Amino acid sequence: MKPGHGELLLAEGDRRVREDDERLIQEFRRQLDEGMWAAVPTVNSGSGRREAQMIRDYGEIPPEAERVIFFPRASGG
Amino acid sequence: MLALLALSLIAVALAAPMITREARRWQKQRSDRRAASASAFDVPLYDPGRERRAEQRARELLRSCVNDEEWGMYRDLGFIRVEGRHARRAADGRKTRAPYAYLVYPHKPIVAYVPETGQLLSEYCVEFPDLGVGASGRSRLPASDDVLAKWMALTSDEARVIRQANMHLVGRQLDPARLRKDLWRLAEWERRRTGGAVGRSSL
Repeated sequence: MKPGHGELLLAEGDRRVREDDERLIQEFRRQLDEGMWAAVPTVNSGSGRREAQMIRDYGEIPPEAERVIFFPRASGG
Repeated sequence: MLALLALSLIAVALAAPMITREARRWQKQRSDRRAASASAFDVPLYDPGRERRAEQRARELLRSCVNDEEWGMYRDLGFIRVEGRHARRAADGRKTRAPYAYLVYPHKPIVAYVPETGQLLSEYCVEFPDLGVGASGRSRLPASDDVLAKWMALTSDEARVIRQANMHLVGRQLDPARLRKDLWRLAEWERRRTGGAVGRSSL
């Protein structure tokens, strides 16, 4: 999510394919280096409710995750 | 006649450096003016449809992430209720009423309140500014993206987003009367949605 633009597709690929995975890792790191937060929408296994999981490292992305959403980090308004 | 011509040539020769200097200055001023007018046109033109399209995409993204109930809430009321982290933990597996919850508005502070009593607790002023290279700081997320960012931050790491926010007593930016009215609207909305079984669930 980019201010002034909304949703932008940064990269897509199959994590099982090495070239794609490397490209996704690069983009993931670039976004975090730019100060973005990353989150994955998930479903709570207990309550069944949807929620988000904050991702701080590429390895934390759940294997079943279809997308990672980057958004500007929060600051006091 | 010859003397006059010679005098003219001497005058031109003497004035030449001055004329050259003036010509260069005029040329420089002209190119500066051109550059200034060119950079004014280089600024991206305002596209009235861009923000509308961005908001439309943001709504779709929000809808694909949140629960059906939350999406309906946002669509019908313009805000989303997010239960507090400890509330969710306690409520997991049990149908208990949340001890506290947040009202998430687009581009407005997050409001904490007690669903049981409707007591307003505090405002958390938080924003998601553009930190990118060359960012002017003036652009902001589309309204639905702002709500989604708050929802993701609250449901994934409530403590962190609350820590980042500036906390104020209710009333600093949001009108408490308006908030109470929104809580009443939420209760009515839930009552209609569940066919009257919920009653005062959000008050």
